[in-house]
Amino acid sequence: MTDQNSFDVLRRDPRAERIIRNRLHPLHDTYINTGAGGELTEVRGPSGLLRKNPHNVGFIGPNGIKRIDRLKGNAAASGKGRRSSAAQETLLPLHQVENPDFYVVVVPDMVGGRLTGQDKDVIGQAHKLAVGIEGNGAVLAVCFGQSKEEHFDTAGVDRLLLLDDDSYEGYCPEQRLAALVQVESAYKPPFWLFPDSVNGGSDLGSRLAARIGERPAAQAWQVDNQTSICRGAAGTIDITRTTPRLLLLAEECADQIDETRHEALPVELGAVPTVIAKLQDQGQVAVDPNAISLAEAEFILAAGNGIHNWDQFHTAASILGATEGASRVAVDDGFMPRVRQVGATGTWVTARVYLAVGISGAIQHMQGIGQCDKVIAINTDAGCDMVKRAALSTIGDSQEILNELMTLVQQFRTQQSEGGDQDAA
Amino acid sequence: MQPKQSIAATGNNLKIVSLISVGKHPQSGRVRRADQDSRAVELGMKLLDSGNPTGGDSLVVLHAGDPKEPGLRGYAGMGLNSVQVLELDPAADAVAPLGEYLQQFAPDIVLTGVRAEGGESSGMVPYQLAEKLGWPIVPRVADIISVEAGVAEVLQALPRGQRRSLKIRLPFIASIDSAAQDARQSAYGPASRAMMDIEIVDSSTDQLRENWSEAPAKKRPKRLKVIKAKTAAERFKAATAKSQSEGGKVMQNESAAEQAQAIFDLLLEEGVLR
Ligand SMILES: Cc1cc2nc3c(=O)[nH]c(=O)nc-3n(C[C@H](O)[C@H](O)[C@H](O)COP(=O)(O)OP(=O)(O)OC[C@H]3O[C@@H](n4cnc5c(N)ncnc54)[C@H](O)[C@@H]3O)c2cc1C
Repeated sequence: MTDQNSFDVLRRDPRAERIIRNRLHPLHDTYINTGAGGELTEVRGPSGLLRKNPHNVGFIGPNGIKRIDRLKGNAAASGKGRRSSAAQETLLPLHQVENPDFYVVVVPDMVGGRLTGQDKDVIGQAHKLAVGIEGNGAVLAVCFGQSKEEHFDTAGVDRLLLLDDDSYEGYCPEQRLAALVQVESAYKPPFWLFPDSVNGGSDLGSRLAARIGERPAAQAWQVDNQTSICRGAAGTIDITRTTPRLLLLAEECADQIDETRHEALPVELGAVPTVIAKLQDQGQVAVDPNAISLAEAEFILAAGNGIHNWDQFHTAASILGATEGASRVAVDDGFMPRVRQVGATGTWVTARVYLAVGISGAIQHMQGIGQCDKVIAINTDAGCDMVKRAALSTIGDSQEILNELMTLVQQFRTQQSEGGDQDAA
Repeated sequence: MQPKQSIAATGNNLKIVSLISVGKHPQSGRVRRADQDSRAVELGMKLLDSGNPTGGDSLVVLHAGDPKEPGLRGYAGMGLNSVQVLELDPAADAVAPLGEYLQQFAPDIVLTGVRAEGGESSGMVPYQLAEKLGWPIVPRVADIISVEAGVAEVLQALPRGQRRSLKIRLPFIASIDSAAQDARQSAYGPASRAMMDIEIVDSSTDQLRENWSEAPAKKRPKRLKVIKAKTAAERFKAATAKSQSEGGKVMQNESAAEQAQAIFDLLLEEGVLR
């Protein structure tokens, strides 16, 4: 399996070429004479004359036009080795660790149930550290809460400990800490790696460090098995120190895994004792979505030139609980304030979900949404650039679709509050 | 009103300790009051004002280190009568003396910043204190809404401007996020008048840290986009093609209701509908 390119590669068949060149070769006729349908293009007629079947000559080209092969089959012979690009799926080599001697443990953030970019960096770092230790080690990822991640294997996870009971849902650092302490005593990992992020990695890592009495390296950005360099003093100095057992790693600390596939075999952990939590999660508080700055909003409903009913757009945003954004045209026309403009001359947004209504997707606008995970487009034009970028596009009038969407969300909200009342009762 | 006062009379007076450190301006490097620590002091003062009307609550602003440090005056200028200082060697580890002090003083709420602006700035101090005292810790607090009957309701700052509400039993340690209310201005007169309550404590030097080397932060190299192409055609495509998320679903002929349903399902799956 050397040929794994997504492009067609011309495969020469030297034997076929030799036979085609040699008219006296007993197989010459079969190579030279097969046309499109595999039927012979030249046949000896009953009278001994050579008869050509013009319908069998040539082949249909990529644009649907018939092409006649003037090379007299030379190209056809080589064409036999041509592979179709569609069937090719790049399969990375599998990295297997049987009976690992040790485990390097990574605790990813799993924001929204998926590995973040920083999580993958940290997994890459874990592999670098594992290589530096004698024996064969595996990278064990400990993930809390429901997981939607499908690509643990290509991210570099050798073993996966998925703790998704109800007791790990929500904000429960004490319970998660208890599980990590259990992992510590079960595996005695040479390294504990956490992403140093506001998404919980830093919190959990610090808790574990305090519990097991390790002094962590925080904001570490260049780490090997002996020394690590970390940012200190609010990012103004670099501290070079020996690498501790527990690391809180900065973004882009190491390259992500991209050349191998890993097993991501599930592992089990013995029963974790239930902790009597001193912290009680009361759930997230409703914040006014428009009070959040556009750059850090999680869910944006953006309006472009395709919005004709602005009142409806504003009610839709408030019902969905989305922060409002706009294209430049909507701002220039005076429908939205300048601070709401998304794009090259506006704000670069980082939303997880970006719902673009009536925005064509000019390049200046696309630059602003480069970091968005899921883009949804509502547009009348199926050929516009926004539709090409979007994970889900609906082709139709924005007003109708927004109307339907609002009723759906309202239904969902009333159902939820009824359900909540029943729970409370 | 009656029962509330009686609770206050039976010793529900809040004892708040706010830990402060010396800050450093990120651009000029000048010594100042640290941003998050001064927000913590501000929150402590707010709790005093809104708390027990009989005035039984108290706020102690505590520093472990050098009492002559000019940065401390910045906190005093917020209107404090005194700053409590545990005097110890600058190279010493502050956690042990702080832990002992807190154990004796037994406050209800300890406020700190998330990360110091100098030194290691790993943000471990509140965690180590919490572990030592066996108290719960709430990181990244934006506000303390109420303290009633030994339970505090706390707003925690989450990324992307979100807030989470938590209930927590006293005593606890809270690290204050930059999302908390801005600290009031610091005035020079009160700053120079405030008392420094100095207590000399013995401490052990930070052994581990002596072996570290520190240097001004280097600019980190940006990660380059490496193109792992095997053929010229692939390299050409990588250099010219627009990055697009492929495999997007396009719904063209469905009714508006079906399309809206699909969008709704996706929003629900992503968990952005609350
Ligand atoms: C120097 C420079 C900087 C710029 N910076 C920015 C920037 O920062 N941000 C920015 O956004 N733009 C910027 N632009 C402008 C940009 O080039 C585009 O002109 C602009 O983004 C187009 O906005 P639009 O998509 O809303 O409008 P249009 O291109 O007019 O697109 C409207 C879309 O709505 C659809 N539509 C129409 N009616 C309906 C309907 N009833 N229902 C559903 N869909 C409908 C149409 O099919 C079309 O796709 C900049 C331009 C320049 C020259």
